Amino acid sequence: MPRFRLGLAAVLISMLSALTSVDAAQVEEFTLENGLKVLLLEDHKSPAVTFQVWYRVGARNEKDGKSGLAHFLEHMMFKGTPTTGPEEYSRIIAKNGGRSNAFTSSDVTVYFATMSRDKIGIEIELEADRMANALLGETYFEAEKKVIQEERRLRTEDNPASALGEVASAVAFTIHPYRRPVVGWMQDIENLTRQDLVDFYKLYYVPNNAFVVVIGDFSTAEILPKIKSAFGKIPRRPEPPKVSSTEPEQRGERSVILKKEAQLPFILAFYHAPNLKSPDSFALDLLSVVLAGGRSSRLYHDLVYQQRLVRGVDADYSAVSIDPTGLSIYAQLLPGIEPPTVGREIDRLLEKAKSELISERELQKAKNQIEAAFIFAQDSIFGQAMKIGYYEAVGGWRQMNEYLDGIKKVSREDIQRVARQYLSADRRTLGTLIPIKENSP
Amino acid sequence: MKHLRWCALAVLFATALVFPAMANMVPQRTVLDNGLVLLTSQQRALPMVSIELLIEAGSRFELANQAGLANLTAKLLTYGTRRRSATEISEALDFIGASLTTGGGKDVASVSLTLLKKDLVTGLELLAEILTESIFPQEEIDRQKQAVIAAIRAREEDPGAVAETTFAAALFPKSPYGRPVEGTEPSVKSLERKSLQEFFAQHYLPNRAIMSVVGDVAEQEIAKALNQALKGWTQGAQSSQPSVPAVIGAPQWVRVNKDLTQSNIVLGHQGVARGNPDYYAIQVMNYILGGGGFSSRAMDSIRNERGLAYSVYCYFSAEKSHGTFQFVMQTKNETALEAIRIAKEEIRRIREQPVSEQELRDAKDYLIGSFPLRLDTNRKVASFLAQVEYYQLGLDYPERYADLIGKVSREDVQRVAKQYLHPEKLITVVVGNLQRLGATP
Repeated sequence: MPRFRLGLAAVLISMLSALTSVDAAQVEEFTLENGLKVLLLEDHKSPAVTFQVWYRVGARNEKDGKSGLAHFLEHMMFKGTPTTGPEEYSRIIAKNGGRSNAFTSSDVTVYFATMSRDKIGIEIELEADRMANALLGETYFEAEKKVIQEERRLRTEDNPASALGEVASAVAFTIHPYRRPVVGWMQDIENLTRQDLVDFYKLYYVPNNAFVVVIGDFSTAEILPKIKSAFGKIPRRPEPPKVSSTEPEQRGERSVILKKEAQLPFILAFYHAPNLKSPDSFALDLLSVVLAGGRSSRLYHDLVYQQRLVRGVDADYSAVSIDPTGLSIYAQLLPGIEPPTVGREIDRLLEKAKSELISERELQKAKNQIEAAFIFAQDSIFGQAMKIGYYEAVGGWRQMNEYLDGIKKVSREDIQRVARQYLSADRRTLGTLIPIKENSP
Repeated sequence: MKHLRWCALAVLFATALVFPAMANMVPQRTVLDNGLVLLTSQQRALPMVSIELLIEAGSRFELANQAGLANLTAKLLTYGTRRRSATEISEALDFIGASLTTGGGKDVASVSLTLLKKDLVTGLELLAEILTESIFPQEEIDRQKQAVIAAIRAREEDPGAVAETTFAAALFPKSPYGRPVEGTEPSVKSLERKSLQEFFAQHYLPNRAIMSVVGDVAEQEIAKALNQALKGWTQGAQSSQPSVPAVIGAPQWVRVNKDLTQSNIVLGHQGVARGNPDYYAIQVMNYILGGGGFSSRAMDSIRNERGLAYSVYCYFSAEKSHGTFQFVMQTKNETALEAIRIAKEEIRRIREQPVSEQELRDAKDYLIGSFPLRLDTNRKVASFLAQVEYYQLGLDYPERYADLIGKVSREDVQRVAKQYLHPEKLITVVVGNLQRLGATP
């Protein structure tokens, strides 16, 4: 589809929010005595197994002044254990023909590898080892801090749209930790100590605060004993503290401007909206497709095609998050177009969705798009594992079962109702990137 | 927002590493009545079909004063046929939740279609229409010109992309391989409808194209359907073989000043064509030098030891007639020269000293062992099969692959390092805040 994206994060989020794919009846759930939950799904269409360990901890669990801690810990988890040398984990996986990586989000920290069936036992042993025995070695701490600062420069500071997203989040959320960037503020990263990492690791990296997702070409009878034997010996520990922060209702529009060297203005409008714990999430998903799903969608057709005001436009609704986030609309402007013009036109189109019912055909089209994407998403076992993991982290993987039924039941009236309820200017944060040249070196 | 532990450019890696294949893909090759080469692989796990079409209609076929013509022609394919307007095409695709994208590269243009099996007939009709009945309406040309010009400006915001296009221009001056496929603002503005129509008539021919179809459809079924749908697509002149760029840029420093926190660095020179018999030894050597993620020397010395960069990698990109070697990294401006010095040291070291047995074995084990993992979706297999045909690797390539890599010796690695890495010929591109760089050579 000819839509542009903010990047990987946006792709993943929209993939997760727009589609669910797994026939959840086939997922098998087991819980070890130490509290580690294991979710298994056999899928024999390609000769590989994806193994993922999900920790129920992310930037959401950090305290002020310690932003970036969860992400820093993720990096340091590769610096070895008493039995595996620094960076050896990645080498062992690679020389056994596997691919591995890890990521941190606001809600979770996830470690994963994809390997052939006969090699996946290696990954199981290594993940169990670093759940209990990571050294987080002092020797590597300062160099890794620099790496993370380079990561922040690469992805945020020198990326205008991403920098706008960061500052807009900091304004849209006043109390809730979603206001902080996952990578952390530069000064916070600088101030973090190794002891911070050690404390965080001891508190949150416990089997009763984690779960495992395995999908692919394996047999349950064969893999479950391996998982039990590797992880079962790790003792259960006290339950980590829960985050109980609620963002107060926004009462009045907020606006934020970022001036930065760039070529084209960029705008984003973020509206607070509920997550999948609300029955409205299905209608919100469909609304985001009606607004910006494909070239024939309302915003794309009007702003990109007919009026030629923007290069691309997107609407992302993130239902799969532990606490409510919202629906965002992004647009990069064409040369010579002013941000207020585009803001007005977006408002006009949103007003239309509030004042008039969408057509039967539009509703059917949006449902067809979600259903097709649902099938396409099953093409990748990694994508399926991600989806099961996110649902499990947020509200339990069984909620995936309800997704397509929920979508099917949505009426035109529902879409109008959620548009009226959630897309109001009073709940909105408007971000504008204004390109400047003055700071040019 | 998610933060991956490591992120190289996945797209670059796909071309940099060799093509492995799924053990169970059983591809078949046939030539349709009109000369179109068709590759198929029936995959029945999901009710979906992925189609990939490569056409020898890239930017190397355009005249220098028509830069951007091939790209614009490819873009216009879904914007109007004799039967349907651009809007009708978008509506038809979105209603079935299908994705149809077109794009122009330097050697080939591509068309990708993914849809549900039940919509295959609808999809093939549309595909046939855009290949045989595209009319290039003036109004749509004007729209897409504006979009391309905006894309050219937007690219300026992406320092990595600026470094890459700067490198290509310095290495291949006066060649289509040195120009961005989008062209320049003035060249795009001056393109005329007549040129697009002529380019389309001359190059979009079945005997200059390769189609692959992967999914829930049998070879005979799809061949019959395509013979019917594409009977109006008739043969024309064969394409010429691409020629090696006549002028190769001299070793030089190219500096681009921008208000950035990091310097985006590309070091590189000419590489090899895909058909070079040393291609596989080069892949093994490159894996050890900087292609192998956390297993590579570049990652070790630049990221892990010194914390200079988040992302650092190198790759040989091999086309039919030529290729490039590029070493890519980003680091804060103040450490750019240090990072460049270390990169050059690593390039020299792999030429001067043999790699260890362990390094060689790990590289080969990864390349061979990860063989099935890099093609774990229908979409990836479709793209792979088209490439196998384009580069004339033979359908038994998957079976031969382990042998091609397996027979590479330490002596081969050092020999190809000496033969194909040239520290004295490196072009050095730095896009960053040059005042903070210090004195450059």
